[in-house]
Amino acid sequence: MLDIKNLKVSFNDGRKGIAVSGIDLHMEAGDTLGLVGESGSGKTVTALTVAGLLQKDRATVEGEVMFEGKDLLKCTVDEMRLLQGKDIGVIFQEPMTSLDPLMRIGRQIEETVKVHCKFSAEERRRMALEVMRLVGLPEPDVTYKKYPHQLSGGQRQRAMIASAFITHPKLLILDEPTTALDVTIQAQILELLKKLNEKCGVSLLFISHDLRVVRRVCKKVAVMYHGEIVEQGDTDQVFNNPQHEYTKRLVEAVTTRRRANV
Amino acid sequence: MRYVLKKACVFVATLLVISVFVFLAFQIIPGDPTTRMLGTQATPEKVEALREELGLNAPPVLRYFRWLKGFVTGDFGMSYSYNMPVNELLSGKLGITAALTVLSFIMVVLISFPLGILLARFAHSLTDRLFMLFNQIVMSIPPFFVGIIFTYIFGLVLKLFTPGEFIHHADDSAGFWGYLFFPALAIALPKSAMVVKILRSSMVSQLQEDYVRTAFSRGNSHWRVLRMHVLRNAIIPVVTFLAVTLVDIFAASIIIEQVFAIPGLGRLLLGSITGRDLPVVQTIIMIIAVIVITVNFIADISYKYIDPRIRFR
Amino acid sequence: MRRTPNYNLILGCTLTAATVSVIILGFFWTPYEPDAMSIAERSVSPCAAHLLGTDNFGRDILSRVMQGAGTTLEIAFLAVSIGATCGTLIGGLTGYFGGIADEIIMRVNDAVTAFPSVLLALVAVAITGGGKTNLIIVLGILFIPSFARVVRGEFAKQRNMDYVKNAKLMGVTNLRIMFVHILPNIAPVLLSSIAIGFNNAVLAEASMSFLGVGVGPTESASLGRMLLDAEAYLFSAPWQALSAGFAITILILGFALISDGMGYRPTWRPVAKRRRKADA
Repeated sequence: MLDIKNLKVSFNDGRKGIAVSGIDLHMEAGDTLGLVGESGSGKTVTALTVAGLLQKDRATVEGEVMFEGKDLLKCTVDEMRLLQGKDIGVIFQEPMTSLDPLMRIGRQIEETVKVHCKFSAEERRRMALEVMRLVGLPEPDVTYKKYPHQLSGGQRQRAMIASAFITHPKLLILDEPTTALDVTIQAQILELLKKLNEKCGVSLLFISHDLRVVRRVCKKVAVMYHGEIVEQGDTDQVFNNPQHEYTKRLVEAVTTRRRANV
Repeated sequence: MRYVLKKACVFVATLLVISVFVFLAFQIIPGDPTTRMLGTQATPEKVEALREELGLNAPPVLRYFRWLKGFVTGDFGMSYSYNMPVNELLSGKLGITAALTVLSFIMVVLISFPLGILLARFAHSLTDRLFMLFNQIVMSIPPFFVGIIFTYIFGLVLKLFTPGEFIHHADDSAGFWGYLFFPALAIALPKSAMVVKILRSSMVSQLQEDYVRTAFSRGNSHWRVLRMHVLRNAIIPVVTFLAVTLVDIFAASIIIEQVFAIPGLGRLLLGSITGRDLPVVQTIIMIIAVIVITVNFIADISYKYIDPRIRFR
Repeated sequence: MRRTPNYNLILGCTLTAATVSVIILGFFWTPYEPDAMSIAERSVSPCAAHLLGTDNFGRDILSRVMQGAGTTLEIAFLAVSIGATCGTLIGGLTGYFGGIADEIIMRVNDAVTAFPSVLLALVAVAITGGGKTNLIIVLGILFIPSFARVVRGEFAKQRNMDYVKNAKLMGVTNLRIMFVHILPNIAPVLLSSIAIGFNNAVLAEASMSFLGVGVGPTESASLGRMLLDAEAYLFSAPWQALSAGFAITILILGFALISDGMGYRPTWRPVAKRRRKADA
């Protein structure tokens, strides 16, 4: 379904130079792929490229990003727009700032439908309430009318998921979706994502710096380091038997920290 | 609601304090009004009689309250130079200035909003940069100079209107607004440039926000993101700036009335200042103060109501 | 961040430097005597002998613009000096020490700055009478609140910085902390306010003189006064009004570009801004 070949991204404004240097990734429908790496390793840039959110005048992109047989890099802005939100949903790291502070939650969730399909306001509302129930937002009728600042961080992230999921996209890109949340909320959100994947068959491209988080949701994992993928494979295999030096350190860091915690 | 109440109290208190200042300011002005009304040759008895009649012999505190009561009830006293009640002098003039101000304000909104949005859409492009430089130049032209240029081009050369021949609303409504068009535009141009600058920079800074990225990720078109998300957020600081602009426009219309010979509040104020007709000056100043404070009061309230983050706290 | 040259600042400084040079030149040398009248050369349109033409008395407009701009700048300079000095003192003291005096002064400040400065100047001149000296004093006093506000905000911010606390621990006197330690740190903000102050002062002088309540007809030429005098001859000799008007515009533009380049942004609503800071 998603096939990334030799993707290269470099910034024009001389900020960092090359952000992603020739990576390959492959996902089938229903797959859950974790993209792990430290900040600045190019994982977010990769995600933004797939989502078509990279500002074109700021970055040079080469290679191929095939989504359902279509090269996203060759799409025009309008062609890309037809996919954004409808087939590809994105959830960002900061639920605090990722929602428009002046728009009611319900309307933000519906917006994806409004942009892509011709449904009546009543139908849109019904769809929004349904997806809100699905993602576990309390009292959908009430929450529908609330503003983002009236929700907790976890609820906001659920609202973000609802807004991305209302159109039942084929691919959800999650850019550190739980990093800004408390540990307990984090677990709930991860469970929710897992449920969406298992029940509805949506593919997840999960970006995180935290190997443990990725392990809980993703079956496959790719480790990025300095713009390159240094190791990829089944999550358990990579986790139990890391090959690359960087992965080893990453795994080690996680396990020692856990031991220290206990 | 408590917020509004609190603001309303501050509003009234501010007005009272300013009224005290205005009253005091006109007490320290040298020169007796009786000399002005009766001339320097008047007999002391006549002067004394007039002082008594005008209530000038009462203690200052009492005079202040008399004056304040008069102001509130619309009794502004007598003009020295016209020898008629100030409120008769004012009637009609206030309307003309208000019409000029409102017309100009509408122009500012109509000019600056589309331009600001358009510039934000193409921010940092060459066109944007060049236009912003042009914008800065327009901003720097004093409104009265714009008025003079307009008078020359549209009045004297193109003869679209006759400078100096003001048309009263009662005589010809269309002609009235037609005559006000160029003065209003003269005020509106530099002010619009200012609002364009602020709206553009507010939108450009909002464009950096995370929720804009979210909006794009939903497949919104660029224009829809600007209209539905960015503009609504960017407008909050601009709305309050518009209040300041409204007051500025009002001040500018007082000056522009000189250029276009519009018989409004500004001409009366200026004439009264040069003629030292103090009751008129005092009344106009107090009216201006009430307008300025009211506009700011409304801006303060609307500022809180426009933003749900503050509304629902 | 992309580093682009600060075009506004460069352009503004160049423009201001150029105009100020011409003005300073005007103090020592003008093409003609600014007040020399000539019946033979009345209302001459711009030509080689008179670059900007002559007015209805046959006076050379370029010379008068040079002199008039000098007067305008002189008024602006003195007014801004008064405003900036007193404003810095008041703002520094209230911002550094805080307390009830701070509250009261800032309230008064808020009320005063709500009024457009030209209106306030008009009112003040109605009380004191016109003329150059009065205008300077009135404008100077009117500029105090805006400077005081800016400086107060900066001092209140700096007051809690570590370097100030350190200095206090070392026994440096408050006065020395304020003027030797803090003041240099707020220089950029202050300079930007001074630039915008010049901008407002030139505009205010021009407006007041144009309204006939500023620089008097018998005093030296000023740009606003020239514009007022030229208005009557707008049709027959438009170059008079245009010269004076554009001179005002160029002066204002120079200062506006400088303050813009220094990062001055017109505040939306200082009252609300201050409150939000207190909430945080």
